[in-house]
Amino acid sequence: MFPFSFEWIWDAGHMVFHGGLWYALNIIGIGITYCVIKAVVDTVKGKGSHGHH
Amino acid sequence: MDSALIPKGVKRCPMWQFLLGLGIVGAVLAWGVYAMLLCWFKGLNQTNMNDYYGFALWIWADLAVIAVGGGAFFSGLLKYIIGKDELKNIINYAVLIGFICYSSALLILAIDVGQPLRSWFIFWHANVHSMLTEVAFCLSCYFSVLTIEYIPLILENRQIDKVPFFHNLGHNMHETMAVFAATGAFLSFFHQGSLGGVAGVLFGRPFSFREGLLIWPWTFFLFTWSAAAYGPCFTLLITWITEKVTRKKLVKDNVVELLAKISGWMIFTYTIAKICDTTRWANITAPGLGQTLADFYTGTAFYGYWILFAEVVLGGLVPAIILISAPLRKNPVWRVTAIILAVLGVSLNRWVMVLQVMAAPVMTFDQWILYYPSWQEVATTILPVAYGIILIMISYRYLPIFPQEAELNPIDDEPEVEAVADAPADLEPAKA
Repeated sequence: MFPFSFEWIWDAGHMVFHGGLWYALNIIGIGITYCVIKAVVDTVKGKGSHGHH
Repeated sequence: MDSALIPKGVKRCPMWQFLLGLGIVGAVLAWGVYAMLLCWFKGLNQTNMNDYYGFALWIWADLAVIAVGGGAFFSGLLKYIIGKDELKNIINYAVLIGFICYSSALLILAIDVGQPLRSWFIFWHANVHSMLTEVAFCLSCYFSVLTIEYIPLILENRQIDKVPFFHNLGHNMHETMAVFAATGAFLSFFHQGSLGGVAGVLFGRPFSFREGLLIWPWTFFLFTWSAAAYGPCFTLLITWITEKVTRKKLVKDNVVELLAKISGWMIFTYTIAKICDTTRWANITAPGLGQTLADFYTGTAFYGYWILFAEVVLGGLVPAIILISAPLRKNPVWRVTAIILAVLGVSLNRWVMVLQVMAAPVMTFDQWILYYPSWQEVATTILPVAYGIILIMISYRYLPIFPQEAELNPIDDEPEVEAVADAPADLEPAKA
């Protein structure tokens, strides 16, 4: 649920619950996006072609 | 014929044996899937749940797998945040077990809600006054975290790792894993706690009702604490079973003993807290609500005092003392006995907090009501076990789950394909 949904109420419950949800989803999303973009950049640069970490 | 996919330096059983094992467990899985489909297409009348038992075998199984799956978040916390580097040799397996436990929990919930296509309602039409909303939010997010922690293991498969992009992706995910592990620990704290909180706020059920801190009843903290304490024991138990099935030593003793020791101290402190909680509840909380301790334990032999003794002493104090005592912990027989008792103890705790809560009469005209699961419930509860075994079999065969396996089980003759395949010579075992 987003704040522009008709069911949304600006109270502590909604802010805490959904704030926590978005916080976690953002960290997961940003983290994964970073990993994928860096993997693309590394691949373009030719890293990882020898199969070592 | 699949030797090119098997990690380098380790030996696996013949393909026919592997497929035979998959077939046997797959038959059990199919039985569970059949029961699951019955529940979805015919409805929850396939179960023996009723007005007394709205939470029944499924929910016990759900809470139990979530508790024992706590080994993933706690091991991750110890490895990535606290810096217990030795645990890198068991963290892969802890993640796999956690992934199985949490996906099983979500599967059980998908059956339990009856209409899985509407599962998203809990996110969009959330009841922010419900602890179960928090559980749903955290459980879903934490499952995503476990998936992220499991993906690098898949990417380290010998053939997949040859693809530069996948190799780099796996490497980058390893590098940033501390962020995901920290997020996982944060999410686990709240969803484990909220599962306990659900029981603690039931003021109409004096068996589970507890006082607490601000909005949190004690059960909130006891559930989180017990999951962190007992979860590693389940990881150790499954590792021990895997070693017995494969007839190989897969993890060095110092790693097992470290995790067992930490788990032992956690169980010990948890059990002390549990005894304090039970004492206060028996002497202050329950009498304040008009009931005595005997009301909860003497109505039926099935829920007699023995269950309290079994949970707190046999499943709490005894394994804790064994695991914190160095001579006993180093003895494999005592150690395995302790971890089995611990896993049974935490499962019994979840059973009590789900089933006995419902069974205990709260009105003068109420009687003890016993509950018997239907075969469909039993089948759908065994379903995740079969699924877990299959995932472990496939992961163990094709992924570098145990970094110490090659060292502990040196092989003289590599298969012919190894010499031909252009596998990288310096392929490392799984890194945590």
